[in-house]
Formats: sequence, C-alpha cells, structure tokens
Amino acid sequence: MPSLGTDMRAGTVVEWRVRAGDTVKRGDVVGVVETDKGAIDLEIFQAGVVDRVLVPVGEEVPVGTVLALLRDGMATAAGIERGAVEHQRVSPLARKMATEMHVDLSKVSGTGTGGAICRDDVLRAAAAVPALPQVTPVAPEVKPVLPEVKPVLPQVRQVLPDVEPVARPQAPDRTKIAVQAAAMRRAVAAAMSRSNRDIPHYYLETAIDMQRCLDWLREANLQRSVTDRLLPAVLLLKAVALAVHEAPDVNGFWADGQLEVSEGINLGVAISLRTGGLVTPAIHDTDMLRLDELNAALKDLVQRARAGSLRSSELADGTLTVTNLGDQGVEKVFGVIYPPQVALVGFGTVKERPWAVDGLLGVRPIVIGTLAGDHRATDGHRGGLFLAAVDRMLQHPEAL
Amino acid sequence: MTFPVQTSTVIHDIVLAALSRIAPEAALGQLDPGEDIREQLDLDSVDFLNFVVALHGELGVEVPEADYRKLRTIDGCVRYLMAAVKS
Repeated sequence: MPSLGTDMRAGTVVEWRVRAGDTVKRGDVVGVVETDKGAIDLEIFQAGVVDRVLVPVGEEVPVGTVLALLRDGMATAAGIERGAVEHQRVSPLARKMATEMHVDLSKVSGTGTGGAICRDDVLRAAAAVPALPQVTPVAPEVKPVLPEVKPVLPQVRQVLPDVEPVARPQAPDRTKIAVQAAAMRRAVAAAMSRSNRDIPHYYLETAIDMQRCLDWLREANLQRSVTDRLLPAVLLLKAVALAVHEAPDVNGFWADGQLEVSEGINLGVAISLRTGGLVTPAIHDTDMLRLDELNAALKDLVQRARAGSLRSSELADGTLTVTNLGDQGVEKVFGVIYPPQVALVGFGTVKERPWAVDGLLGVRPIVIGTLAGDHRATDGHRGGLFLAAVDRMLQHPEAL
Repeated sequence: MTFPVQTSTVIHDIVLAALSRIAPEAALGQLDPGEDIREQLDLDSVDFLNFVVALHGELGVEVPEADYRKLRTIDGCVRYLMAAVKS
C-alpha cells in the first residue's frame, strides 16, 4: 500500500484491474485504492507478470503492506483480482455507483465498450434489487439530457479517459460526499498542523510585471483553436519550474534532519475541491514539458481532480507546490508548506497597478509572487534568488 | 465535420451536460439561468476553459476569448451558441 501523502496511514483496496498471469508494464493502472483523498488509481512501477494477490478487495491495510507479488519474486504495490471474481472492466462512475447502491458487480453484465460495465448497467441491476432508496433521487432533469450527451466528441474522451462521458446523477449520495469531505479535511488538518508545528517558515514576496506575458498570450491564443488555448497559469508554472534550475534548493524534501534536493521537478498544483477539500497532484517533470503539453496536463488534472480520478503517482510525487488564488481575486498568498516539501510558491490575482518603468509612471498588470520557505532547508537569500529567477523567466514568455 | 442545426432546448441540455462534467458535485437543477455560472458553481479559469472546450466539441463553435463574457450565464450561453451555430 503506497503512501499517497505524508499523513496517509491506511488505504482500502476497492478494485483490482489485473489478475494472476497478467503481464504488466510500468505505469499500468492495476487497481483502485480508497483513501482520505478519494478513490485513487494505483499504478505499478515495474514490469513483470502478476503472481498472486495478497490483499483482497474491501480490506483496509496500513501503508507499507505488500498488496501482491510479481512473478520475479519481488514484492510490489500491484496485485490481481481475487480468485472467483471474473476479470471485468468497469467504468469508474459505474464502480462508484455500484458501491453506493450496494450492487454486486460480479453479477452485472456489461453492455459498454468491450463489455465494460457502465452506468446504465448498474442502474438496471439496482432497479432489479428491492429497497434501494438511493436509486430514486436520480434527478428527473438529467434524463432528457442523456440522449444528446452520449455522442460526446472524441477529443473530449481522449482528454478524459477515466470520466464517464454522460451526465452524472444530479442527486449523488450527499451523506457519502460529506463523509469523504470530512476525511479529506482531517488529512489536510493533519498535514497543515504538522507543517506549522515542525517547519520554521519564512516568507518573501515580489511584484511581477505580467505585461509581456499577457501580450504574448493574447497573440498566441488568437492563432489557436479553443482546444489548444493557453491558460496564464501555465506560464506561471513553467516559469517556476525553470527557476528551480537556478535555485534547486527549494525543490525537494526535508528528511532525517537534512535537505534532499529532488532531481525531478514535479510541481504540485493546489486544487481546491468544491466539496470541501484540497488536493495537490503533481505534474511530472514540469520543466521538460512544452507549454502545450503543460496546458493539456493542467486541464486534465483539474478535471480529474473534480471527478475523483487522480493517480497514485500524481499524489505522492510532488516536489514543490504551487498555489494560485488569482481566480478568487486574492492579491497574495502566504502559503503553508506541504511537508516534507521545503517550499511553496503562491500567486495572487493579476491586477493593474501604477508601475515605474525607465523613470516613467505607467499602468501595468502586476501579479504578486510569494515564496514560503523552510528555514531549516534554505535561507531568505536563496529564496530571493529563486523568486528573482521566476520574475526574469516571466519577462521572456517566448522562451518558456 | 458538420454539425446539425440545434434547437435551444438541445443547446441548453448540452450546456448543462458540459457543466455537469466540470462540476460533477453540483446540483445543476438549482442553477439560476440568469445568474453568473462561474460564481454559482465556483468555477476557476481552468474549469471555464474546459467548459468552452466541451462546447466546442459538442457544437463546433470556436468561442474567442473576447466573447467569454457572453457565456457568463446559462441564458447567455444558449443565446450566444444558437447564433453561432446558425451562422
């Protein structure tokens, strides 16, 4: 059972997607684990042949428990579906609904692509089972929507492989959402309490002229189709990732009394969930991605975070977190570091302000960039170099 | 790719379906069609771009950034998209 955050102690296997004899390769999603952060797709990190499962579906086990074995004899965080249960493809939405409605998926036959069990199959199965009050509150106003929604265009599906492309029931189980939100709140509370207790924070801020970025972005987006249009946040993320090259000490972990600088730059993106939680999934090797790739990754990440289908590596691998509260109109953010990381970068809203350039006063769009640093790992001087580098990167958007 | 002429009901449903994918937790039936969608659903700029992309996919309408403000409400979306689909 992998740790998907510093304060995760246990997780429950809710689905296996492979079984004994299956060949797996690095990055395959082999199962689903339920945690305080919601249902997370479990990825495997080495290739091999699944030998046997050790933890059955439905069992909660502590972090570090061996879930299954690969044939080369090395224990891994992968596994196989339990003996009697037939290997059956199930859409994430259908699985969620089946759990809420107490439908046994092994007794449902799938009518979706490749025989996968989809939403309608679960609804049909649920209707056949008496005494299911949860089924009835499917909102009537959704129903007329469904026929037109089904032919959702291919490019949306590609962006969202894990999201059922039909409207969700309008009245999901509010109790379950509330329970999950409470669990997530506790996870955030534990991480942030630990941060404030253990990390001596220092804070720096710098005002950054965004004129060149916004001009460049407007021009670039005029040439682009809606699907490729770049978000301002993408320029900020890329600038942060490149600035890490100049001040690598802000990117890493505080462990065993010393700073471990991370080689990979996996920026964690703080995404606030409207059901009352916060996740910080990472974009791997942010510095290596072209703006187009980063833009697609960010859109995909936000949508999957909302739909509750993030992957294990995304939650565990962040090396430096970026939070952007600009959409809320906040001017600057004094962040709380997500341990064991050693820094957090914050951006506020882009706002027009009086600005002196070459001895003349003008009006420029300004964003305040902040750094919350772990004083055990770095000093203000090093943090200042980093923020200055972010500013410099943003003055050359064409080079990002 | 050609898109058939759509009625306002169909467009309304497409708008709601696109929103339901971006805000799966929201009770869309309770939305006020004349009020700001971003405020009602607490959408951020990434959500909103995903919404515009979804509309483009369903209807083939390229909404320029300058026209985003016309998509502020559900009624506005339907009006704007009806006109765009016809032209």
